[in-house]
Amino acid sequence: MVKKILSVAICAIVLLFVYAPILLLVVYSFDSSKIINIHEFSFSFELYKQLFRDQKIMQILFNTVWLAFAAAGLSTILGTAGAIGIFYSRKRVAKPLNAVSQIPVINAEIVTAISLALLFSMVALYRTYFSLIVGHMVLCTPFVVLSVLPKLKQMDSNTYEAALDLGASPAQALFKVVIPQIFSGILAGFMLSVTLSLDDYIITAFTKPKTFDTISTYVYNAVKNGTNSSTPALRALSALIFVVMIVILLVINLRARKPANKGA
Amino acid sequence: MAELKKEEKIIEIVNVSKIFDETAAVQDISFYVRKGEFITFLGPSGCGKTTTLRMIAGFDIPTSGKILLGGKDITNLPPNRRPVNTVFQRYALFPHYNIYDNIAFGLKLKKIPVTYRNDKDETYTKMQKLTRKEIDEKVRAALAVVDLEGFEKRSVSTLSGGQQQRVAIARAIVNEPEILLLDEPLGALDLKMRKEMQIELKEMHRKLGITFIYVTHDQEEALTMSDTIVVMKDGRIQQIGTPTSIYNEPANAFVADFIGDSNILNGTMVAKYTVRFCNKNFKCVDDYEKNEKVDVVVRPEDIVMTDPDKGMLKGRVVSVVFKGVHYEITAMVGRSEMVIQSTQSRNVGDIIGMDIEPDNIHIMKKEFTVNQYDGYITKKNTVVFGDGEFDCDVTTLYPGSHLDEEGYLITADGEKIDLTDVDVTVEVGLEDIEISDNADEGGARGHIVQLIYKGDHYQYIVRTEENEEDYVFDIPDLWNENDYVSIKIKPENIHMRLKQEIK
Repeated sequence: MVKKILSVAICAIVLLFVYAPILLLVVYSFDSSKIINIHEFSFSFELYKQLFRDQKIMQILFNTVWLAFAAAGLSTILGTAGAIGIFYSRKRVAKPLNAVSQIPVINAEIVTAISLALLFSMVALYRTYFSLIVGHMVLCTPFVVLSVLPKLKQMDSNTYEAALDLGASPAQALFKVVIPQIFSGILAGFMLSVTLSLDDYIITAFTKPKTFDTISTYVYNAVKNGTNSSTPALRALSALIFVVMIVILLVINLRARKPANKGA
Repeated sequence: MAELKKEEKIIEIVNVSKIFDETAAVQDISFYVRKGEFITFLGPSGCGKTTTLRMIAGFDIPTSGKILLGGKDITNLPPNRRPVNTVFQRYALFPHYNIYDNIAFGLKLKKIPVTYRNDKDETYTKMQKLTRKEIDEKVRAALAVVDLEGFEKRSVSTLSGGQQQRVAIARAIVNEPEILLLDEPLGALDLKMRKEMQIELKEMHRKLGITFIYVTHDQEEALTMSDTIVVMKDGRIQQIGTPTSIYNEPANAFVADFIGDSNILNGTMVAKYTVRFCNKNFKCVDDYEKNEKVDVVVRPEDIVMTDPDKGMLKGRVVSVVFKGVHYEITAMVGRSEMVIQSTQSRNVGDIIGMDIEPDNIHIMKKEFTVNQYDGYITKKNTVVFGDGEFDCDVTTLYPGSHLDEEGYLITADGEKIDLTDVDVTVEVGLEDIEISDNADEGGARGHIVQLIYKGDHYQYIVRTEENEEDYVFDIPDLWNENDYVSIKIKPENIHMRLKQEIK
């Protein structure tokens, strides 16, 4: 009994440790005071009103979202193609290819960012939309490969040949047989890419055009001077981002559980 | 066999080889398949049977050689343009489609020529997709052939292995291919299911009239189902023939051992139509040169037990095993073991006589009589061959020669010769090789890739990893296939010849 209580308590403490700051943020997003004071709490939607009225923040939010979806979309195509390529290569080629494709995952992001900056300044594309999107693709693509490859390995590799055998062209076999079987992996890779791109700061800071800002770079610049008082609406924004992420996570998890129920 | 007319050969394989990463999966094979035939590729795993099938399907392109379909070269045609369909070993059904869509997959992609008549009464043909009704009818017919009526809406994952296999067959035959390829289709099923499916497949073949090309490692399956069997080993065809001819007249010891149970014994031809084995002379129906060493095959069911003094051979029973239909009796005749299948039982220790009809003694040319290698002499006066290095007596290369203290060879005439890097031909007899578990003990190392029991000894083939050199030898001890062993050869048993005189 004691053991049981203890294990529950420890779990609770760990979760509290992880979630307390976020919860605090959500709570104080309903307090409109410029400087947070723990003794005074006045509930209002003031910050949310400010947030949606602030043209600049809305523009930045829009920037962040379209960048995330564009980069995630392109990364998903590239990463899926790469994963399929690795999967159908001969073992001797596939192994090093797979290893090399995963180096960016463990590589320090700052190194990637500086190398990208160096590369793009050499070809005179530094701080353009091109460098920004390519930068985000470099960040996301390995994760797409990582989430698609296991799905390919679960697939019966003969199904592609079976499709060819039944008269499908290689392209038809790919879209009718291979892609549907690995679709959950592709979707997971896409979602992962969206979240990675949404909150990326380092690569964005090194590759973005000068006048372009995402939420990360904007917030960072806003609090750089030691105060976050300049735009309290950011609290509301952060709380909203957290809620949206939770929703996305729930949707993905529920989707993943569905086919299992069907099979039972 | 009579030469066939061209139309009768539906598929012809001409000198086809396939090399993967420097190892040959299939080496220079040639054969043809008659229209409507049930042909089986039979062999142990890694013999090249599946590769051959994949080349006919178009999944692998031959490294050299040609594949002709109805006289037309299809060697480089992609699989989607061949009138051939495949049933895969692990079914390869599409899990994201239901049964109906799986079977209709090929039909939905298919385009057929349809002839129309326009206003001016001219006819013209258009390539058209099948209508939904046509597809519906064909799918239903295919499901009926495999006894799965009413399964259209079921998902793949709810089907048992046997049912999935039937769907895979239906998916292939619904396209009305000229040839149906089956890659060990029953391998994943349990024994009883397999037997049922064998009969059903044979029945399907009879009804549909399609040419079946079947791959299996199960000799019984091959014998039961096929019109023709192609026995393969190490990427080469060992024998092509009807089940009866392959069983009764195996081309070599490998085929005899692989197909059915057999007693394989060493024999010598002593006169025309007379062979000697187990210290007795037997009349036989095969004619070989006098004194030639041969392999003798006697099937266990062809040995008739008699009274001890009446039989041609006399032996003592060492084991009796009841096998359901018959007893399997093992008797020792001198040092050789004889396996007999009979409906009568005997007791262990009984002395029995054995008779063999001349017709039931099958004689084969010996596959291996000696091991031959190309080698060279090293600085240390050892010899390198067959992926190994062995101690040898280099003085045998020059009669009457001897070695000086520095290791140079002094010939009988007193000439001094440096033998380093001299090329030699090496021969080692089948009885002169020993093997050991200890990898450092012998000169070369490899895995046992084949063993055949030959009455009083086993014949082994050990293959090295690096250059796939084979060592063939006879020893009485039992080892297991795939054992990693080292090869020991005594220096006096390594017979060397110079490739060319050294000046």
